Amino acid sequence: MHPQRKRRLYGVLFIVIGVSIATALTMTAFRENLLFFFSPSQIVAGEAPLERNFRVGGLVVEGSVRREQDSTEVSFELTDGAHEVRVFYDGILPDLFREGQGIVAVGRLGEDQVLRASQVLAKHDENYMPPEVAEALKAAGKMPQHEMKRYQKDGYTRDKGDNKGYPDRQ
Amino acid sequence: MIPELGNLALSLALAVAVVLSLVPLAGSLRGNSAWMTVAHPASMVLLLLLMLAYACLSWAFVTHDFSVLYVANNSHTELPLVYRLTAVWGGHEGSLLLWLVMLGGWTVAVSVFSRALPGVFTARVLAVLGMVCLGFIAFTLFTSNPFERLFPAPAEGTDLNPLLQDPGMVIHPPLLYMGYVGFAVAYALAVAALIGGRLDSAWARWSRPWTTAAWLFLTAGIALGSWWAYYELGWGGWWFWDPVENASFLPWLVGTALIHSLAVTEKRGAFKVWTVLLAISAFALSLLGTFLVRSGVLTSVHAFATDPERGAFLLGFFVLAVGVPLLLYAWRAPRVRSVVSFDLFSRETLMLANNVFLVTAAAAVLLGTLYPLIMDALGQGRISVGPPYFEAVFVPLMLPLLLLVGLGHWVAWKRADAAALARQLWLAFTTAVAFSAILMLWLWGQAGLLVFVGLFMALWIVLSSGLAVFERLRRHGGWRGLRRIPGGFYGMHLAHVGVAVLVVGVTVVSTFETERHVRMMPGDTLEVSGYAFRFDGVREVAGPNFDAIEGVLHVERKGRYVTTLTPQKRYYRVQREPMTQASRHPRPWRDLFTALGEPLGGGAWTLRIHFKPMVHWIWAGAGLMVLGGLLAISDRRYRIRRRSGREGGEPA
Repeated sequence: MHPQRKRRLYGVLFIVIGVSIATALTMTAFRENLLFFFSPSQIVAGEAPLERNFRVGGLVVEGSVRREQDSTEVSFELTDGAHEVRVFYDGILPDLFREGQGIVAVGRLGEDQVLRASQVLAKHDENYMPPEVAEALKAAGKMPQHEMKRYQKDGYTRDKGDNKGYPDRQ
Repeated sequence: MIPELGNLALSLALAVAVVLSLVPLAGSLRGNSAWMTVAHPASMVLLLLLMLAYACLSWAFVTHDFSVLYVANNSHTELPLVYRLTAVWGGHEGSLLLWLVMLGGWTVAVSVFSRALPGVFTARVLAVLGMVCLGFIAFTLFTSNPFERLFPAPAEGTDLNPLLQDPGMVIHPPLLYMGYVGFAVAYALAVAALIGGRLDSAWARWSRPWTTAAWLFLTAGIALGSWWAYYELGWGGWWFWDPVENASFLPWLVGTALIHSLAVTEKRGAFKVWTVLLAISAFALSLLGTFLVRSGVLTSVHAFATDPERGAFLLGFFVLAVGVPLLLYAWRAPRVRSVVSFDLFSRETLMLANNVFLVTAAAAVLLGTLYPLIMDALGQGRISVGPPYFEAVFVPLMLPLLLLVGLGHWVAWKRADAAALARQLWLAFTTAVAFSAILMLWLWGQAGLLVFVGLFMALWIVLSSGLAVFERLRRHGGWRGLRRIPGGFYGMHLAHVGVAVLVVGVTVVSTFETERHVRMMPGDTLEVSGYAFRFDGVREVAGPNFDAIEGVLHVERKGRYVTTLTPQKRYYRVQREPMTQASRHPRPWRDLFTALGEPLGGGAWTLRIHFKPMVHWIWAGAGLMVLGGLLAISDRRYRIRRRSGREGGEPA
């Protein structure tokens, strides 16, 4: 083979191999870091995995927030209207966390069916309901009528600030 | 009356945009120079009309005209004047108007600075910009009109989102938009060149300053957004791989690739096809970024179900904007193929590698950003992709690229001599290795291998660039040669050093930061990284449109007073939203970051106390990149025709 051609062939091979490695790395990282969403009803039904992180959304049950007096540990219940699941979290809750508010928690489920959250997310808008929560409520048939209207109206002119309010790293 | 005037101006702008898109293009195809020159006054009139519409909307904000729906949704009588003026771009409709004014501005800039270009080419470029403008004006007028009235007019508005009431938010969106819109110029230049079937080095040279200008605005915008998220959101992070951030990062990655690819096309006439595709992609991703952030699709893909008009319009516009140039390209492809050969070890190859890394990174980010949206739209359930994915993919892709940053500019075009290169660079390389090895031994046990690699890369880039500037100065007769070296050369090296500074900041802060979330009683003291924070309780303060609870933290280091920090928890009176206002003590080598959590009863509060070493280097690095971009645009040879035989620089 002509040496010029040979060199070019090596060049092409080099790029092809490089791109394949990059693709393989990407796909592996992608599969490992996908976070699935489960509603409290699905968790109670045993559909959520035990060995990996996932997201759960719902309304914070009124009167369910329990705080430790001498640390930042807190636990509360999330509901989709049909079932509840208890969430344990050690850290500072977002500004808009309050009872009755729709929130999303990210974490791992323990054998005791308590979710140990590594993140608790609440959007920076008191009218806002995370779409996952709204869907979970709808699926459970518990979406309050006025919330439903607000949900449909909402999610439209959300601007940058609002979107930014969502992913919270703690 | 004023809002109707704005509406009228926008409608007239639509008509002018039709003229601008059609007449000069037709003129260029039929060789009618009178038609072609219409482009210049038309773009000027277009800009004036858009500015008039913008001024009308601003006026409605200033005078609290709540009969305008958009004003009622984004303003309030208690809102300070400066935030009323910036609230114009606080929502979807107004930010489209800002987009349009900027596009008009870029169009006029092209019309003014392109006098030296062939008239046919200029006419086509301006016509393509006119088409983009036409699409956006139509979208604004027919689906997102900011001048829509509200009957009956409410007595009071619902106020601007408190997060947006901040100086960072005042300048961040306009800068970002300047970047997004700026890529329209690179796009228009590429499309015009395709129409003419001439993708030559002259086209690449005209594209370079425009692309760099768009890129530097985008860099500044992204950096400011990151800075704002850091100090305003109160989480102490500087990048979250949030879809909104990714949306602006995608055109940046592709734009950076484009800047380098254009350099190859200009100098060597190679990579033409690739460069055209990058120019189209950079603008397509800018469009995507605008739509993703402002259309609400991120919050819920079902948002479009309630208003399918917008979604259909945007999708149609996107398909046209990307599809038509691709068809043009297919038609012109046989005429524009590059016939340039180069060796495996040459600057062309390294630039190709640079492009492969950047575009792969962009593709990975795009996948992580869009995949959840696509799955949701297909009804496959809700998923999300977390920051670990982006970090796992991005870091391995960027490390070899950083090595290339220090190497690329030393390697000759066409064919490079590896042995000579080794002689020139071995000292810089071994110095970088030695220094980072010493650092690693000194920090043994406290830091991982990534710190070593990160600091090595930064040092390597700085030494390599420093050596290059030194060599160039020596060849140009010492300090007197300082002014004879083209701005592009300094620009490239300054931007590369900026990358190094940013890498240092990222490496150090992600390894040595301390973040503590604690419960504190008044009088409690917490020691974080050598600083003692004493919590002195909270007090109440009042702002112009908010009430706040302010924590008082007395900070000492080794018994010496450092500062008193006052993080606030604000309650905005109109929107009735609580918001955290962090309090910081920034220094070049570190930042002390505190934020107030929640009251726990008995005077106790939860607090976030962070120690962030060298975090400001991240934004300082971005600042250097912007300065480098400015220097590169100022390069004389972009303004006067290049004389043959004169040595040019190689701008970043």
